[in-house]
Amino acid sequence: MARSLGVPKFIARRLLLGVVTMVIVSIVVFSATQLLPGDAASAILGRNATKKSLDALTKQLGLDKPAVTQYLHWLKGIVTGNPGKSYAAKVPITSYISDRVVNSLFLLFLASIFSIPISLWLGQYSARNRDTTSDGILSNVMLGLASVPEYVIGMILIAVFSVRVWHLLPAVSVIDIGKAPWTDMKGLILPTITLVLGAVPYIARTTRASLIEVLESDYVEMARLKGAPEKTVMWRHAFPNALGPVFQVIALNIAYFAAGVIIVESLFNYPGIGLTLRDAIKVRDIPVIQFLVVTLAAVYVLTNIAADVATVLVTPRIRTRLA
Amino acid sequence: MTATELSPTGSALAEGAAAIKAPPGVLRVAWRMWRTKIGALIVLFLVLLSIFGRFIAPYGEREAVGLPFKPSGQTRKPTLFGSAKLGHDVWTRFLYGGGPILKSAVLATLLALVGGTIIGLTAAYNRRRLDDVLMRIMDVILAMPQIITALVVIAMFGATVKLIVLTVGISTIPRIARVVRGAAVSIVERDFVAAAESLGEPRWRILAFELLPNVAAPLLVEATLRLTFSIGVISGIAFLGFTPDLGAANWGLMINENRQGFNGGVQPWGVILPVVAIALLTIGTGLMGDGLSRAAAGIDRNKGDA
Repeated sequence: MARSLGVPKFIARRLLLGVVTMVIVSIVVFSATQLLPGDAASAILGRNATKKSLDALTKQLGLDKPAVTQYLHWLKGIVTGNPGKSYAAKVPITSYISDRVVNSLFLLFLASIFSIPISLWLGQYSARNRDTTSDGILSNVMLGLASVPEYVIGMILIAVFSVRVWHLLPAVSVIDIGKAPWTDMKGLILPTITLVLGAVPYIARTTRASLIEVLESDYVEMARLKGAPEKTVMWRHAFPNALGPVFQVIALNIAYFAAGVIIVESLFNYPGIGLTLRDAIKVRDIPVIQFLVVTLAAVYVLTNIAADVATVLVTPRIRTRLA
Repeated sequence: MTATELSPTGSALAEGAAAIKAPPGVLRVAWRMWRTKIGALIVLFLVLLSIFGRFIAPYGEREAVGLPFKPSGQTRKPTLFGSAKLGHDVWTRFLYGGGPILKSAVLATLLALVGGTIIGLTAAYNRRRLDDVLMRIMDVILAMPQIITALVVIAMFGATVKLIVLTVGISTIPRIARVVRGAAVSIVERDFVAAAESLGEPRWRILAFELLPNVAAPLLVEATLRLTFSIGVISGIAFLGFTPDLGAANWGLMINENRQGFNGGVQPWGVILPVVAIALLTIGTGLMGDGLSRAAAGIDRNKGDA
C-alpha cells in the first residue's frame, strides 16, 4: 500500500511547487509591467499626452487603486478566462488571440511530430555506432545546429529553398486571421523545419548520452551474454531504461518551442502568438504582453512538471525510492 | 591555499594540490584537439574583425553611398558589396556590426558567470534552508524563457545596452548556478574542506580556494555554452528589431532590415555577410565549448580509472 502512495504524493508536491512558481512569476510580470507609475496610461496615450487625460485614463483603468487590489483583479481575470482588452486592438484579448493560439499550436504540433521521432532515432543510431565515423560526423552536424541561432538557420533555409537557389517554398506565410493554419501547408514547411532543426540536436545528444550509459550497464551485458540479438538488446533492454532523461529533454524542447515561436514566427511572418507578442511589445500593448508572457511561462512550467512525473513513472528505481 | 599547505592531514594536502592543478589541465587537453583550435581561430578572427573592423571600413557607419539595395556596380560611390537599406555601404555596416553583439554577449556571460558561481557555491556549501531558497529562486527565473524575459524588460524600459546585458546576464545565472552547485555538492563532503573548516578558514575563502578550483572545469564548459546562447539571444533580440540605437550597425538588425533586398534578389549581401558571420561565430564558440567538454570528460574518466 505504501508503494502506491509515493507517486501520487510526489505528483501533488510537484504540482504545488508549480503553482507557487506560477504565482511568483505572475507577481513579477505584473509588477514589472503595470505598477510603474503612469506606465500603462502613457503607453496608450503616447508621449504627448496631457497630465489631465493621463489622470483620467489612469482612473478608468483602475491604476490608482492599491497594487494588491490591481493584481488580484488582474489575476482573477486571467484565471476565469477573462483577461481584459487589448489596448491596441480594442477587443477582448481572448477573441484577439484565439486564432493565433490555434496557429501556434498547430506549428508546434507539426514540429514535435517530426523532431521527437527523428531525434530519438538519431540518438540511438549514434549510440549504437559510437565513436565511428558516422557518429563523429553526426555529432559535429548536431553541434553546429545547436550553436547557430534559429533565425540564422531559418534565413539559410529561406536562401536555399525560396529566394536564392531554388524557388520552391514561400519565404513568408500567407494565413489570414480567421482561416485555419492547414489551409497553407506549403507556407508551414520552412517554419516547421527551422523549429525541428533547432530542437533535434538537444534531444538527439541527450538520447545518445543516456543510451551509452545504459549500454555499458550490467543488465545489457547480461542480455548480450545470454545471446539476445542486438536489436532486442537495444529496443527491449536498453531503450526503455534510457527514457527518463529523454523525457526531460522532450519537455525542455516543448519549452524551447514556446520561446522559439517568437523568433521563428517573426522570421516567417507566421500569425501565431509569438508574432503577436513581438507586435504587442512594439506598441506596448500591456494587457496582451502580460497575458501571453504568463501563458507561455505556464506552458513552460507545466511541461517540466509533466516531464518529472513521466520520468518517475518510467524509472522503477525512483518509483521505489519514493515509496 | 596557504591553509591547505598547513593542513595537518597529508591526504587532504595531496587532494587539494591535485585539485588546484585541474583547470589548466583541462585547457591544455582541450587545446590538443583540432576542434578547439579551429573554434578559437574563428572566434579570434571575428573578435578582431569586430574590434578593429571600423578602422578599415571605407565609409562612415551612417554614411550614404547611393540608393538603397543597389549591387556594387550601381552605387554612387564605389563599394565592395553594394548598398544596404537607407543607402549605407554593406561592407562598412558589416565591419561595424559585430562589436555591439560581442560586447553585450561577453559582458552578459561574465555577469552570469560571477553571479552563478557565487550562488551555486553558496547553495552547495550551506545546504539546507539557504540551498532550498536559492535554488527555488533560480527555478522561478528558469520558468521564463530567456528571450521572453528580455523582451518584456525591453518593452517596459527601452532597449539600452545596460538593460540587455543585465537581463540576459541575470536570466543566465540560474543555468550556471545549477551546474556549479551540482559539481560542488560532492566536493563539500571531501576531507580537505573539513580540514580548512577546522582551521577556522572564513567561509568566502573556503568557497574561493577550496571549492572553486574543483568546479572550474564544468564551469568553463558551461560558460562557453552560455556565451554561445547569449550571442544567439542578443543578436536575436536585435533581429526582432529591438536595439539600443536603430541607426547603428548591428549584425542581427542588419539581417532583418536587408531582407527586402535579399528576397527581391537584387542585393543579397546585406543579409549574407551577417548571416555567415553569426553562424561562424556561434559555431566557433560551440567548437571551443565542445573541445573543453570533451577534455573535462576525458580527465574525469582517467581519474575514475586510476
